[in-house]
Amino acid sequence: MVTMLAIEDIKAVLELVKDPEIPVLSVEDMGIIRDVRYLDGRLQIVITPTYSGCPAMDVIEEDISTMLKLHAIDDFDINTELSPAWTTDWITADGREKLRAFGIAPPTGKSKGALLGHDVVGCPQCSSTNTVMVSEFGSTACKAHYKCQECLEPFDYFKCV
Amino acid sequence: MTDNNALFEYLLRLGDNSLILGQRLAEWCGHAPILEEELALTNIGLDLVGQSRLLLTYAAEVEGAGRDEDMLAFHRDTQAWRNLLLLEQPNGDFAKTIARQFFFDNFQYLQFEGLCQSKDDRLAAIAAKSLKEITYHLRHSTNWVLRLGDGTTESHEKMQIAIDELWGFLPEMFDMDEIDTQLLAEGVGVDLAALKPRWDEVVNAVLLEATLERPEDTWSVRGSREGKHSEHLGYLLAEMQFLQRAYPDAKW
Repeated sequence: MVTMLAIEDIKAVLELVKDPEIPVLSVEDMGIIRDVRYLDGRLQIVITPTYSGCPAMDVIEEDISTMLKLHAIDDFDINTELSPAWTTDWITADGREKLRAFGIAPPTGKSKGALLGHDVVGCPQCSSTNTVMVSEFGSTACKAHYKCQECLEPFDYFKCV
Repeated sequence: MTDNNALFEYLLRLGDNSLILGQRLAEWCGHAPILEEELALTNIGLDLVGQSRLLLTYAAEVEGAGRDEDMLAFHRDTQAWRNLLLLEQPNGDFAKTIARQFFFDNFQYLQFEGLCQSKDDRLAAIAAKSLKEITYHLRHSTNWVLRLGDGTTESHEKMQIAIDELWGFLPEMFDMDEIDTQLLAEGVGVDLAALKPRWDEVVNAVLLEATLERPEDTWSVRGSREGKHSEHLGYLLAEMQFLQRAYPDAKW
C-alpha cells in the first residue's frame, strides 16, 4: 500500500533542492518547478527549463530525484513542460532578495519587451543605479556582466527574460 | 493530418540549422578576440545547441525509427543534413562570424515568431521558448554590425567584405519547397517567402545606419534541403562526430 504524501510535504522536500549554479536559490525560488500533483495516484513533478541549452537542467532533474529518494519518496515521474516558456517573472520575491544578498543583481521589471530595451540595474553591493553593462553575456547564459560606477565593484546581473 | 515524413524533414531543417551554427560558434572557444565575446559566442552557441536538442528529439520521435537526438547528430553523413548553406560556412574573421549571425538571427527571429502560432503544439512551445533567446542574439549581432560598420576604416572594410562574401547564401533561406508548402497549408509551418520583405526592411535599416552597402543580388547558391552542401560541412562533421565515429555509441 503506497502512502500518498501531502503535496505540501513534498514541496518542503523540493525546497531543499538548490540551483547548482546559484546555490543560494532553490529550484522553487527559480520558478523551475511548475507543478506538483498526483495523476492517477502517481506523483508527478513538472519542471520547465530556464534556457534551452542550460547545462544545469540535467543536474537539477537528478538532484530533485536524489532529494526525493533521500526522503523515502521513490515513486514519481519528473516531466518537462516547455509551455508556457520560463520567465524571470517567476523568480519569487524571496529568491530576488537571496540573489541580491549573494551579489547578483536580480532581474528588473517585467519580462515583456525587456530583451530589446536597456534595463536600469541597481548595484547589489551599494544599491547605486549608476552602473554600466560590461558584457551582454556573463558566466552563465542567464546573466550579463555589469560594473558599478559608484563603488567600482563588478557584478553579475540576472537578465530579465 | 500531417504525414510523418514531411514533419520529420521540417523538424530536421530547423534542428540542423541550430546545431550546425551552434557548432560553428563553439569553434570560437579559446580564440575569440576579447573575453566578453568569448562568453557571448559560446553562450549563443549553447542556446542553439539546446534548441537543436529539443527539435531533433522531437524529429526522432516523429520518425519513429528508433533513432534519438544523438543518433541524428552523430550518425548522419553530409548528404543527410538539412541546415542552410550559410550556417556551415567557416567562421572566417570576427566580422564574418558576426555577419553570418546577423543575417541568420534576423531570419530565425521571424521564422520562430511565426512558428509560435503553429498548430503543432510541441513545435509552438519550442519556438516560444527559443524566441526569447533569439531576441537576445539578435540584439548582440545587430550592435556589432553597427559598431564595426560605423567604426574604423579597417572594421568598416572587414564588415563590408564579410557581407559581400555571404550575400549569395541568403536567398536560399526564403525558398519554399513542397514540404514547406504542405506544412504551411496544414497550419504547422511558416511562409518563408513572406518573411523576406520584413527581413529586408530590418536588415536594410541596420546596414544604412552602419554605413554599409547592401550588395547587389549577383549570385546565389542553393541545395541544402536536398543534401547538397559545400565541402565545409564535411570538415565540420568530421570534428563534431569524431568521438562517435571512433568509439561508436560511447557513453559518458
